[in-house]
Amino acid sequence: MPTDVDQVDPAQTVVTPELERDAERAQARRGLLIAAPSWLYLTLFFAIPLVIVFVYSFASRSSTGLTVLENWNLHSYRRLFDPLVAEIAFRSFVLAVATTLICLIASYPLAYYMATRPPRYRNILIILVMIPFWSNFLVRTYAWRVLLGSDGPISQISQALGGEPIRILFTNTAVLIGLVYGFLPFMVLPLFAALDRMDWSLIEAGRDLYANGRRAFLKITLPLSMPGVIAGSILVFIPTLGAYVTPAILGGARTTLLGDYIVSQFLSARNQPFGSALSVAVMSIMLLATVIYFRRGARTL
Amino acid sequence: MIKRMLTLIAVLAVVAASCGGGDDSASAADCGVDEVDGDLNFYNWSEYIDPDLLTAFQDQYGVTVTESFYDSNETMLSQIQGGVSYDLIVPSDYMVAIMIEEGLLIELNKDAIPNFENMDPQFTSQPYDNGAKYSAAYQYGTTGLGVNLAATGEDVPHSWALIFDPELTANFPGGVSVLNDPRETMGAALEYLGYSLNDTNLDHLAEATEVIKKAKANIATFDSDQYDEALVAGEVAVAQGYSGNMIVSIGEADNPDDFIYILPEEGATLWIDNMAVPTNSQSVCTAHTFINFLLDAENGAALTNWNYYGSPNAASVPFLDQEVVDFYADTASAKTEVIESQGDYEINYTDALAEAKS
Repeated sequence: MPTDVDQVDPAQTVVTPELERDAERAQARRGLLIAAPSWLYLTLFFAIPLVIVFVYSFASRSSTGLTVLENWNLHSYRRLFDPLVAEIAFRSFVLAVATTLICLIASYPLAYYMATRPPRYRNILIILVMIPFWSNFLVRTYAWRVLLGSDGPISQISQALGGEPIRILFTNTAVLIGLVYGFLPFMVLPLFAALDRMDWSLIEAGRDLYANGRRAFLKITLPLSMPGVIAGSILVFIPTLGAYVTPAILGGARTTLLGDYIVSQFLSARNQPFGSALSVAVMSIMLLATVIYFRRGARTL
Repeated sequence: MIKRMLTLIAVLAVVAASCGGGDDSASAADCGVDEVDGDLNFYNWSEYIDPDLLTAFQDQYGVTVTESFYDSNETMLSQIQGGVSYDLIVPSDYMVAIMIEEGLLIELNKDAIPNFENMDPQFTSQPYDNGAKYSAAYQYGTTGLGVNLAATGEDVPHSWALIFDPELTANFPGGVSVLNDPRETMGAALEYLGYSLNDTNLDHLAEATEVIKKAKANIATFDSDQYDEALVAGEVAVAQGYSGNMIVSIGEADNPDDFIYILPEEGATLWIDNMAVPTNSQSVCTAHTFINFLLDAENGAALTNWNYYGSPNAASVPFLDQEVVDFYADTASAKTEVIESQGDYEINYTDALAEAKS
């Protein structure tokens, strides 16, 4: 028996399954066309180089330090289990975790503050967070050299107060300061985005049900902002694990980290297979961690 | 559309052919004196030649010189291997040996380079290219120590102890700066122990690693780029570094008399950059003419007076600034060694430095 719902408009009676399929195909074609530049770019400058790195990691080093694309072997991967490599990897890991935690703790209140301002001020605050990006990262890192040096303002304040000159430059503290400074916006922005999307009436509802501020935060705000926490942590953790410039400029390269070690394989030891194997290993672990993190994050949300 | 495609394919084929050019016939280098056979594609380290010299060459021979820059021998090597065509390159000593072994350089035709006789014989008998068959020395320099006498006191030993003896360096305000270069840094530690910087004994290398570990408390930074600025700014008291950078930065310091550059008595690194012609050069004869041009006495002096590195061009000495002559005066008599490529052992220097910094 025909119902109101089944009564179709005469104009739509021409919509056959074939036509619908055609329309879908046309849409897919358009989508492909729109995405073509991105695909081309990613293939040329991301996928192909990555494949080259992967292939090189199984090649061998000639005695003159050239990469020989024969005698395929796992020698470079075996070297990854050297105690030296493990020690360097562990040190980089600790530094990356510390940077990520400090960024998280410092960014959360800031992002919270930003998200609770009226929209007009919010935009100004976002711009303020992004302003450092207007100047080159290298230049900003060199600026820290002046600030942390023995003639820098920190040292001068200490001396004015009758203390000793302080040089933070060329210490692990300096590296940590530089990394936290450099990657803070990468934590603030995803956190802000998550908190900004949040339905604040849920807090009100919680408070109406006699949850105190702390409880409302732990039960409502924090879980709802988890996507921001996860995204921010990944954005900070991954680049810090392979950080090269900051440890070299502010830390004086006094301790070998992964980035420094990989660079030296290419530029000093002229051992591209081992350098490639190190890069592949770091990338694989990152990828795995990211996938697990996102999967678990998605399930708990 | 098809026509356009064909044109594209033709262009690509020509490009591919020119990239793959430079067959073995090029090694004959059949050139006459002052002969030019095209524009010169010059691949050089940055800030290494006076642009006016290039202009002079262009005016004299009616060809265009295009200069491109690299910042490490390895970068240059990968470009040449990748098939990019340059007519003249400036590889350092050990890299010359590698490129000869890989068949990437053509033999120079000395008949086309009469000014080759201006070359100090010391630079034609180096182990990396004995007899200078494939290369002509461009400039040389040393790796030594820049010392801030105001910080260390006037009476300092001319020794690597200035960066490696912890009892000595503990008194230096700001500590010392050491190069972040496996061969140079491990080499200095090996020299300090009395070994050669080309030593390939793993036990000796382990000893050298220990030297750096013990010295590390007073090593403020491992740095190959900023050491000269750090030294003259008073950030460190002693810095290991390259002669040319040191002479320039000390000269520009507010109080240049406080600073000296020394070559440690145990032995220092002598490095030599060399002009060479890659096998895929398109203008082999222009490259020969350019080498001849730079080996001229006055042009060689102009080169040195601009970049402040040592000149292998013996005939250029009368035209050199006194400052440069004085600076390199004791280099000839000093104990120096050239870094040699050590094949498979090379990776041990890198790991030793990584471990020393652990």
